[in-house]
Amino acid sequence: MDFKKPQFTKISDYIWEISKDYKKGMRVPARIIASKKILDQMDDHVYDQITNVATLPGIVNYAYCMPDGHSGYGFPIGGVAAMDTEEGVISPGGIGFDINCGMRLIRTNLTIDEVKPKLHELVDTLFRRIPAGVGGKSKMRLSPQEFKQVMEQGSKWCIEKGLGWEEDLERTEMKGSVENADSSKVSEKAIKRGLGQVGTLGSGNHYLEIQHVKEENIENSELAKKWGLFPDQVVIMFHCGSRGFGHQVASDYLDLFLDVMQSKYGITILDRELACAPFKSKEGQDYFSAMNCAVNMGFANRQTILHGVRETFANVFGKSAEELEMHQIYDICHNRASVEKHNVNGEMKELIVHRKGATAAFGPGREEIPALYREDGQPILIGGSMETGSWLLAGVDSAADTWFTTAHGSGRVMSRAQAKRTYKGEELQKDMEEKGIYIKAVSLKGLAEEAGGAYKKIDEVIESATSAGISKKVAKLIPIGNIKG
Amino acid sequence: MPYKFVDGVAIADVTFEATGSTLEELFESAAKAVTASMVDDLKTIEEKITKKISITGKDRERLLHNFMQELLFYKDAECLVFSKYTIKISGNSLEAEVVGEELDQEKHEWITDVKAVSWHMYKLEKTEHGWKAFVILDV
Repeated sequence: MDFKKPQFTKISDYIWEISKDYKKGMRVPARIIASKKILDQMDDHVYDQITNVATLPGIVNYAYCMPDGHSGYGFPIGGVAAMDTEEGVISPGGIGFDINCGMRLIRTNLTIDEVKPKLHELVDTLFRRIPAGVGGKSKMRLSPQEFKQVMEQGSKWCIEKGLGWEEDLERTEMKGSVENADSSKVSEKAIKRGLGQVGTLGSGNHYLEIQHVKEENIENSELAKKWGLFPDQVVIMFHCGSRGFGHQVASDYLDLFLDVMQSKYGITILDRELACAPFKSKEGQDYFSAMNCAVNMGFANRQTILHGVRETFANVFGKSAEELEMHQIYDICHNRASVEKHNVNGEMKELIVHRKGATAAFGPGREEIPALYREDGQPILIGGSMETGSWLLAGVDSAADTWFTTAHGSGRVMSRAQAKRTYKGEELQKDMEEKGIYIKAVSLKGLAEEAGGAYKKIDEVIESATSAGISKKVAKLIPIGNIKG
Repeated sequence: MPYKFVDGVAIADVTFEATGSTLEELFESAAKAVTASMVDDLKTIEEKITKKISITGKDRERLLHNFMQELLFYKDAECLVFSKYTIKISGNSLEAEVVGEELDQEKHEWITDVKAVSWHMYKLEKTEHGWKAFVILDV
């Protein structure tokens, strides 16, 4: 690939700009939010991809890359772009194949001392209860009619079926049920791929973790307490999305957009993964409706997994999930596009904000935040590698420039193949056990690909995100048990 | 082996190059590469279930893309993976008979789930010796 390393203009210690002269067709500059150290670790494809994003019709102000950015296709992972809803496009490549991939965090009233003696039993039971891996079949196979309800109602469907508590909805982004989800815009193929996948973790970097809230890792004791955290508490975090259903929705519409983009709308792009259509066109609106179906499926998937987690804890500890105070803290997505109102150079405008491997991070008072947390800023869940820990952050006012967006994870620095050559699954599993992390994985080869060393250091990513003023720290959560696909 | 995995292209994903002296051979190589990204040893997939695949594409490049996507469809919809492929291509249409079995976590060693066949740097081309494809899979 012909690649010319860009010149960066330093806007601040944590914001680096690539001017729109860098590449023909760029409509706006690109901005990377990162410390100098993190910026230097990013692979060259990130710069190429984020400047490709800057060429998309209707993009407003800047194409942003978050500190955990790494190369993907179309958008880099960590890519953020807001398009004017009237003049701009929607691009599946700005959302990713795994629509509504996201994180959910659950608290308990259990302490580390109460959980440790039962950790193996707990992880082993969770591993049996929550289907994971390729071919990990759900405990329930839905009829197409039921699946249609999942697509249109999301988590709400689960609550009606008894798979959760009513209050879970108040603690899920968009109440776990996004509007503008029209199941008639989804292919039969996508539905067939999804029927057996509600309540399954999947594979790759998807996981379910039992975590320890160490006293020294609570950074904002006031918010931590208000949100239900306490020193030496055990919490549960998991990461997964809309599974094969969402992958098919994205694939279907990429195919469609490739057909119509140039012939019908005269749009040319630099990478076929950036295939797009005007947001207000029939194709653009159809994709938006189908994508929202996958957003709802992602929420329903995590809601069903939560039900399994509560049942498992109740069985292992001989107390009900209510007695164990297993309240959900939050559920938040990091792969989607949504229509939001933002201040664009002094004027409130409606934008279609694409976040691919990036998390919405609304500051205090924004109506998108559930009433329960509105005055605090949105809770943000950042999943680290399985060895290093994850973070709970809060949204801040100063994130307005990035359309209230922050990072979503660590960001890879080592390829999967290199990770497999560097780490061996069995040894990694043993090393992790010695460090106090008990792990059960469907695939030991897959486990090696997810070794902590294959990722950027999560604390450096968080430092960049907080120093750049796009979120603030609440607490770091350390893994003690993990199940992986 | 008529396919090889390539490192260092898309660090979070799986890249391969597949070859074949005929278009049919190339399609078979690509199908095996997709399956080998998920299951470590294709020899562990027994020939128990046969599926007939009949698809078209706007051109040959799209046809190959659709064919690989079809394999991912069966992986999720029916939990099937295949080890034997008999393929006939005529113009931009394909008829294939694929043979394999249901995924079994005890028997097959998993590597990772393939989500989709991406379009990034995707290429099918005629070479001096036949056909070559360059593919990045989203995993």
